Amino acid sequence: MSGLSSAHSVVEPGIWSKRIAGTLVVIYALITMIPLLWIFATSLKSPPDSISYPPKILFTPTVEGYCNLFTTRSRQTQDYIESLGPPANVCEEIARDRSMVVVGASKYWPRFVNSLVIAFGSTFLAVFLGTLAAYGFSRFKVPLADDLLFFILSTRMMPPIAVAIPIYLMYRELGLSDTALGMILLYTAVNVSLAVWLLKGFIDEIPREYEEAALIDGYTRLQAFVKVVLPQATTGIAATAIFCLIFAWNEYAFAVLLTSGTAQTAPPFIPTIIGEGGMDWPAVGAGTTIFLVPILVFTILLRKHLLRGITFGAVRK
Amino acid sequence: MNNDTGMIDRAATMAAKATPPRLVRRVRGLSDKAIAWLFIAPTMLLLLVINIFPLIWTIQLSFTNYRANRPNAEVVNVGLRNYERLLTDPDVWIAMQTTAQFVFWSILLQTVIGFTLAYLIDRKFRGHAFWTTVILIPMMLSPAVVGNFWRFLYQPQIGLFNYIVSFFTGIEPSSFEMLGSVSLAPWSIVIVDTWMWTPYVMLICLAGLRSIPDYIYEAAEVDRASPWRQFWSITVPMALPFIMLAVLFRGIENFKMFDMVNLLTGGGPGSITEVASITLKRQAFEAWRTGPSSAFAIILFVAVFGLANIYVKALNRVKQR
Amino acid sequence: MQCLNKIALGVSAAALMAAASMTSAKANELTLCWAAWDPANALVELSKDFETKTGTKMNFEFVPWPNFADRILNELNAGGKLCDLLIGDSQWLGGSAENGYYVKLNDFFDKEGISMDDFAAAAVNAYSTWPKGTPNYWALPAMGDANGWFYRKDWFEDPAIMADYKTKTGADLAPPKTWDELKQIAEFFQGREVNGQTVYGAAIFTERASEGITMGATSAMYPYGFKYEMTPGAYDMEGAVNSEGAVAGLEMYKALYKCCTPPGYTDSYMGEGLDAFKSGQVAMMMNWFAFMPGMAKDEKVGSVTGFFVNPGQTIAASTLGGQGISVVANTDNMDGALAYIKWFADPEIQKKWWALGGYAVHNAVLNDPAFPSSQPFAGDFLVAMNQVQDFWQEPSYASLLQAMQKRLHDYVVADQGTAKEALDNLIADWTVIFEDDGKL
Repeated sequence: MSGLSSAHSVVEPGIWSKRIAGTLVVIYALITMIPLLWIFATSLKSPPDSISYPPKILFTPTVEGYCNLFTTRSRQTQDYIESLGPPANVCEEIARDRSMVVVGASKYWPRFVNSLVIAFGSTFLAVFLGTLAAYGFSRFKVPLADDLLFFILSTRMMPPIAVAIPIYLMYRELGLSDTALGMILLYTAVNVSLAVWLLKGFIDEIPREYEEAALIDGYTRLQAFVKVVLPQATTGIAATAIFCLIFAWNEYAFAVLLTSGTAQTAPPFIPTIIGEGGMDWPAVGAGTTIFLVPILVFTILLRKHLLRGITFGAVRK
Repeated sequence: MNNDTGMIDRAATMAAKATPPRLVRRVRGLSDKAIAWLFIAPTMLLLLVINIFPLIWTIQLSFTNYRANRPNAEVVNVGLRNYERLLTDPDVWIAMQTTAQFVFWSILLQTVIGFTLAYLIDRKFRGHAFWTTVILIPMMLSPAVVGNFWRFLYQPQIGLFNYIVSFFTGIEPSSFEMLGSVSLAPWSIVIVDTWMWTPYVMLICLAGLRSIPDYIYEAAEVDRASPWRQFWSITVPMALPFIMLAVLFRGIENFKMFDMVNLLTGGGPGSITEVASITLKRQAFEAWRTGPSSAFAIILFVAVFGLANIYVKALNRVKQR
Repeated sequence: MQCLNKIALGVSAAALMAAASMTSAKANELTLCWAAWDPANALVELSKDFETKTGTKMNFEFVPWPNFADRILNELNAGGKLCDLLIGDSQWLGGSAENGYYVKLNDFFDKEGISMDDFAAAAVNAYSTWPKGTPNYWALPAMGDANGWFYRKDWFEDPAIMADYKTKTGADLAPPKTWDELKQIAEFFQGREVNGQTVYGAAIFTERASEGITMGATSAMYPYGFKYEMTPGAYDMEGAVNSEGAVAGLEMYKALYKCCTPPGYTDSYMGEGLDAFKSGQVAMMMNWFAFMPGMAKDEKVGSVTGFFVNPGQTIAASTLGGQGISVVANTDNMDGALAYIKWFADPEIQKKWWALGGYAVHNAVLNDPAFPSSQPFAGDFLVAMNQVQDFWQEPSYASLLQAMQKRLHDYVVADQGTAKEALDNLIADWTVIFEDDGKL
């Protein structure tokens, strides 16, 4: 979106045309933000407020949703609760007001850590392998290069549920079921196709003359790659890494089928946060909010490269 | 940077690449060929192990009655029976039709809204860069996590969606159920999909609009072509390849759609919103009919592979512009 | 971007190392898997005693009911090491025993002097044995359960409401004894203003994805005479599954769904029912006995809630819930897992289990003369447990259940076809499954 602020020379839209367009776009943007604002608002509501009818726009904010997100609680009799010591923290206090006791930590934090480990691990591997392969495809005559590139791309087109069937059986044999390593390998394989395509585009844009100059200066190919090409490709690599990270962070289908606990990530976990009855919506809102914040940050960092990422480098401006 | 100069830049780079000066061959270090293979091989190896080998295994399993939850049971080769059963199973065809309807309606809505938005943003009003970024946010989020929350928004009575609809139309908010009624459930999914992915189509369309060189409009102004005519004879045809690209991409993604449907309706009510991925998941990971579901997976592979082929051709055409 | 890139590289390298070191052995730890619900949290509280006695650290993995079977059976099939102990559904016994997922407990019971005669016979048969009725034990009965009903005692005992009911129907307003009465009461409450709020008749199970609508509809169908087979073990379903009684029961369930449920209860199970009941939306709620202790303690509606056993029609019957606790064969801590079973089987612990809100089925608890009066629902629990019927416990149970979920939801919620057609189609689905299994 580097061209966003530039103006057409003659066919500049009129002032009214601009105003109307601006108003409509702002209205659309505000409407699409409602669900996200509602998620955040719900995270600060008490459970009764969250399910009140009609929905409450104004409410007294509470941290109960965040407490419920990080703890498990059990409903007990008043006598039993009185037999316990005074509440140790604000979350215990809130629980006791609802005649419950905090019995331990919830699984949200371990799941969040799993998400971090698996997303960053697979991103690192995918970008590492992808950079090498992209350089190979960009700079050398590889036999059947087009077919190989198509093959790499097509692996990403497969429906995840279909892929999961044999992976499930394979991981069962290898003991990789429900392990972070298994998930890292799988996400790497899915992401590497995106990484190769994107990075090939970025490396194609680096003039070959730089390397050739380095070669003439007595560098080996490998040295030229490390000392000349890599620094030039930093922006591209960072953008690619963020794309891979977002995919791995958001992924649900593989995670729900191939992990059950030890290596489970946040996306399959968040929809299973329940309270005493049905969903504990404030806790779900809290979990969703915490989960979405990193993506918001990354989206803003990445906005210049978004287009390129989502079209596999087909459209660059 | 303006778009046409961008295109020219790129053309220049490509031209420079087409006629590279001969490289000085280096004896020291690894040969280029060795490096090429050294660099490409790990990726290929990973894809062979995680993609190709399992695919071959799936093909093999699709001819058996294997069940992943019966490790001790005898595995019998059943030939083409799995395929026969699937292709003659009305439920499978219904799932395929359901999928096709979703693909059609959600893409239609996304394209219309997305193109309109792109057109409006291309008016370059003040602050358009900021608002574009705001609009883009939904498509970066996890469909599963956000889709899950939409379930809450759709609740009759307590959900915000029904309340907003009732605010504008006066319909009693508890009188309709987006997720539970046979006629509305498919639309509940189309709405969330549209909310999430319209920005995607918008972004690609915007690139298409920006790729149209100014001089064409200038020439049209000279010819006194009306804005309406300019729109239909310049804007739309010039942006069309980009729109096609967006449609194809969304087509493939929606064909695979699983996360959102699984969390919003789980295929219900009854089997009204049971798309192919849901059917496959039920067969493979709940009923554990691994053999037949492998056959189903292969059928889906073939379908997607066909789409992917068309897609890559289209991709190359857009690239050539 | 450059700076960001370096950070990303550093963090991901660190993450990778962390992932590699994460597979450390758990020496004196146990992970117990169960559904995420009230009794599970009570079990956490109860298990603190085991932790202090043995120094074992207990971890818990609780999965909400709609995902429970899916996820845990997936885990067992994958040969994962998540669970050392599993409180699994009764229908899983067949598959888990035949595939060797559970440890057979007979030798252990003999060695430790744990006798299955100390537990209620119906519970042992339902939660522990496979093949059914043989003394082969794959689990210790952990939690007895059946489908029952909750009702708003304060509304049922409100003189104005009672008088109105009397004039409208000619009958006295009281917990129903038959499904006809149940529907009549539900219709009476539907759309009524109580304390200034519009209320509805009943919350019932309509969940599609896992087992909800099957568990709910069978609660209506069993009392009308629904059976799985004409002769037990012969898989002759024609005339049993689609008998006139079965059709009438299913039609009754749909009629109740159509007339008397709150708006939006098209895909609801235990949780949604509890929400409707606690927020004062419904006069009656179908739900498992497991939730009764928690409901009785609820700060808002606990004191005004009454309970009744699933009404009969031509016969008395309740849908079975409840689970046994099994040792997962794949565990790394077999001794610890068995020690937990031994601790749990202790009569004193069983008594404490009942006190904290778990349905112990140890005779030391049930045969205590004070038991029926110990809780408002205790007497009903004994009645219900003596009339339970269960779904297929076949190794193919998941496929069988999936077919029933589809056929029932298609008919009841999505309005496709008739009850007879739904059950005829169900027989066809089940026949294919049993043929594939070589049982037909």
